[in-house]
Amino acid sequence: MGIKNYVHFEFSSLPENVSFARACVGAFASQLDYTLDDIEEIKLVVSEAVSNSIIHGYDNKTNQKIEITVTINEDRSLEIIIKDYGKGIENIEKAMEATYSSDPSRMGLGFTFMKSFTDEMDILSKPGEGTCVRLKRNFTNEQKEAFS
Amino acid sequence: MDIELKLIRNTLIIRLKGEFDMLKAEKIRRQIDERLQDDQVRNLVFNLEKVSFVDSSGLGVIIGRYKKVKEKDGNMYIVGAQPVVKKILVLSGINKLVPLFKNEQEIMKV
Ligand SMILES: Nc1ncnc2c1ncn2[C@@H]1O[C@H](COP(=O)(O)OP(=O)(O)OP(=O)(O)O)[C@@H](O)[C@H]1O
Ligand SMILES: [Mg+2]
Repeated sequence: MGIKNYVHFEFSSLPENVSFARACVGAFASQLDYTLDDIEEIKLVVSEAVSNSIIHGYDNKTNQKIEITVTINEDRSLEIIIKDYGKGIENIEKAMEATYSSDPSRMGLGFTFMKSFTDEMDILSKPGEGTCVRLKRNFTNEQKEAFS
Repeated sequence: MDIELKLIRNTLIIRLKGEFDMLKAEKIRRQIDERLQDDQVRNLVFNLEKVSFVDSSGLGVIIGRYKKVKEKDGNMYIVGAQPVVKKILVLSGINKLVPLFKNEQEIMKV
């Protein structure tokens, strides 16, 4: 199962770049036979992960680096990796709980959305070193039909 | 993102346009909270007809305002959410607290 296509890009941790990042990934993913709904869901999960890197990882510091790698695999699954070098997550289990947030003014829905709209979600994080979120969407049966 | 605020008696109508993410959330929250300090403002209507995208940052502003309105014993309504936006509202569960309407006229009927 080799790699079919990928893009890799990095950008500074500015709120302005969140819409850029999700639009980029959405445009790349449209190579697959996704519906508009699929693309919207993909844009949402990217928005959540990138916002988390800026808000939590970097405490809204704007001159830090965020990296994204998007891969379309041979089996036509889509893999998105969002990486920051920020403060990291102490307790990943807890962070993933629905409605948990370290910030009382937030709702703690980001990871719940990421999980709802993907087939696999892994979080790698180390306090003081950063966070890497990997999201994967499988090629669905409906898509297989549309594709054949 | 554009925001248009209109006060009709004691109801503040918030008409938003564009993508409601972290870039816009803070500014919109501030503008609404400023108006909520006015005792006259009791109810809120979020008109999302022209909102093409919302994520947890935008949603946080909406849910947070619901709490504020409840403290004032007021009501909140959401109107015109597009299917993409509606899906997120439903997933967050806010639709169980805040009624969703098709348009502003529909609220006037109830
Ligand atoms: N990249 C990151 N770096 C450091 N901490 C993070 C990162 N991503 C998430 N977290 C931690 O995980 C918690 C849960 O994240 P999640 O996105 O689910 O909720 P939230 O961002 O707090 O709220 P919302 O997404 O609803 O605005 C955050 O409150 C934060 O403490
Ligand atoms: Mg979040």
